[in-house]
Amino acid sequence: MGKELQTSIRIDSVEGTGCVVRGDDIDTDRIIPARFMKDLTFDDMGQHAFEDARKAAKGQHPLDDERFTHASILIVGQNFGCGSSREHAPQALMRFGFNAFVGGSFAEIFAGNCTSLGLPCITLGEVDLAKLMDAVELDPTQNLRIDLDARSLTSRAGEMSISIPDGVRHQLLAGDWDAMRILLDAGDDIEKTASALPY
Amino acid sequence: MANPAKNLFQKVWNAHRVRELASGQTQLLIGTHLIHEVTSPQAFAMLRELELSVRYPKRTFATVDHIIPTDDQSRPLQDELAEAMMSELEQNCREHDIQFFGPESGFQGIVHVIGPELGLTQPGMTIGCGDSHTSTHGAFGTIAFGIGTSQVRDLLATQCMAISPLKVRRIEVTGTLEPGVFAKDVILAIIRKLGVNGGVGYAYEYAGPVLDAMSMEERMTICNMSIEGGARCGYVNPDSTTVEYLRGRRYTPDDGDFEGKAAAWLALASDPGAVYDDVVEIDGSEIEPCITWGINPGHNIGVSESIPTPNEASDDERAGVEEALEYMDFVAGASIAGTPIDVAFIGSCTNGRISDLREAARIAATGHVKEGVRTLVVPGSADVQRQAESEGLHEIFRKAGFDWREPGCSMCLAMNPDKLRGREVCASSSNRNFKGRQGSPSGRTLLMSPAMVAAAAIAGEVVDVRRIS
Ligand code: SF4
Repeated sequence: MGKELQTSIRIDSVEGTGCVVRGDDIDTDRIIPARFMKDLTFDDMGQHAFEDARKAAKGQHPLDDERFTHASILIVGQNFGCGSSREHAPQALMRFGFNAFVGGSFAEIFAGNCTSLGLPCITLGEVDLAKLMDAVELDPTQNLRIDLDARSLTSRAGEMSISIPDGVRHQLLAGDWDAMRILLDAGDDIEKTASALPY
Repeated sequence: MANPAKNLFQKVWNAHRVRELASGQTQLLIGTHLIHEVTSPQAFAMLRELELSVRYPKRTFATVDHIIPTDDQSRPLQDELAEAMMSELEQNCREHDIQFFGPESGFQGIVHVIGPELGLTQPGMTIGCGDSHTSTHGAFGTIAFGIGTSQVRDLLATQCMAISPLKVRRIEVTGTLEPGVFAKDVILAIIRKLGVNGGVGYAYEYAGPVLDAMSMEERMTICNMSIEGGARCGYVNPDSTTVEYLRGRRYTPDDGDFEGKAAAWLALASDPGAVYDDVVEIDGSEIEPCITWGINPGHNIGVSESIPTPNEASDDERAGVEEALEYMDFVAGASIAGTPIDVAFIGSCTNGRISDLREAARIAATGHVKEGVRTLVVPGSADVQRQAESEGLHEIFRKAGFDWREPGCSMCLAMNPDKLRGREVCASSSNRNFKGRQGSPSGRTLLMSPAMVAAAAIAGEVVDVRRIS
């Protein structure tokens, strides 16, 4: 009945430098164009993150900006990741090097996919988000620290309070973000519910 | 005391709740799992790695839609990557004893078209599928979620997902639709009003006289684009239209008591007095044929309107409007009618059903495709194709100069050879006008109803389908 499943790593904080991709409603087709989804694995997704947008920007895209080279926290606008359910989108960004996303809001399926991968999507109020974007663009070398326990984000722009849905925060803190082990734990309750269904 | 009146979302949720999790989320049983070739191979690989099997193979159904070519579907497929994806799916289905509706079955098609037409989609179910337009199935009073690949793996292994309850917004569309105004226009108008992220955190319940009068296929078009409005899912309460649609379909329960089943379905509808987190009303009589002018589905206007100017946009939207105008290379303030098109695409899980093809064919019969316009008419499934051909619709299309194809997703997302080239402008009956969506990184998409697409193909430019008798 399968391997012993491990608890995933507890994620209580993410630290690193940031990269700012401005703009609202950035969709999953832009994050990873559909033609790269013909791979049977996610292994090569990283190199295609934002590929068409980067080509169109001729080297001026933030992902090609040397100052953001080692960034591990992606800072975005409203409704980031809208569109398709493709996990290829967070997979591409994760494999490119991002471990967390800070934005105004996230499309739900995208955020859910991120949780499954242990990538926190946290939101800031409009004023704080604008401040953070400016600060990181001005000084990309600064260290950002997302503290999920304290619900805060610290940068040179000061300490800001962050939002993250309670359930997701709990999953990350408890190391339960890879939901499968928890779901399997329900054991017979699954069959009980299934057999009570009229279909 | 708790309110005994419940909406459909609450009823279906409660019937599928396995347990509450320490995180505060619910472990929800997903009764039916639909899979396709693009988002499942990695999930099966993960399962194999963990030495797990598929928990309920009989609750799992597969088809191939995204990568399949629409000209020549003979095997091996010419595109090696596509062939590899298709073989992988076939192999996984064989290995795990999952029903696969491939081309030889005669029932292949877009997953959200075949589920309903086979009767797999029924009121009161929860459905999961690794595709965002799973919301389509909500037309039957189903709670249907699009999910990512890790969740596909979870569903294969446990038939469950961890999810927090959603708020429910009831959207009432009042009045009656003018001739020439379709379900596509209604959902575009809803998205325009509530915004592309207005639905975040919500399930949408579509209701009111306009929805009551709609066929199941029209309701599917509405629910399909719930995701474009940011909602996690959307649904319509089951009624006699739902019941009649399901009668006699292949997977419709047939144990001699269909009427009993039907009564149970009808009882799932939201109770009078049910509480909603929000209620919105839209006057259907005021909706005109809608068209997108920009780079997300919220960027849409009525055919008689002008393309917006950045000045008139709100502060939040201005940058988005500027970016869209630049990408589309459209002039702010110009009329959208008269915009020249290069390509016309009729199909997709939004508008690739038989009623869509009938409406488009009715318009196609009035003229001939303008010289220089490339066209694709792609039935949503093999079943739709058979039906259309038996009605002679393919002949009408061909006579009018339209290219009649085999079923699949086709130019909706262009993972197969059907792609825009360069800066082409495409009048499309699909659901997304994102940058690069239709296969060319600089291609441009104008979303509209299938009848409007057919009219645009003939005129070579955007026209008001209401003017065509
Ligand atoms: S038709 Fe388009 S939106 Fe629908 S499932 Fe296929 S690719 Fe996705």
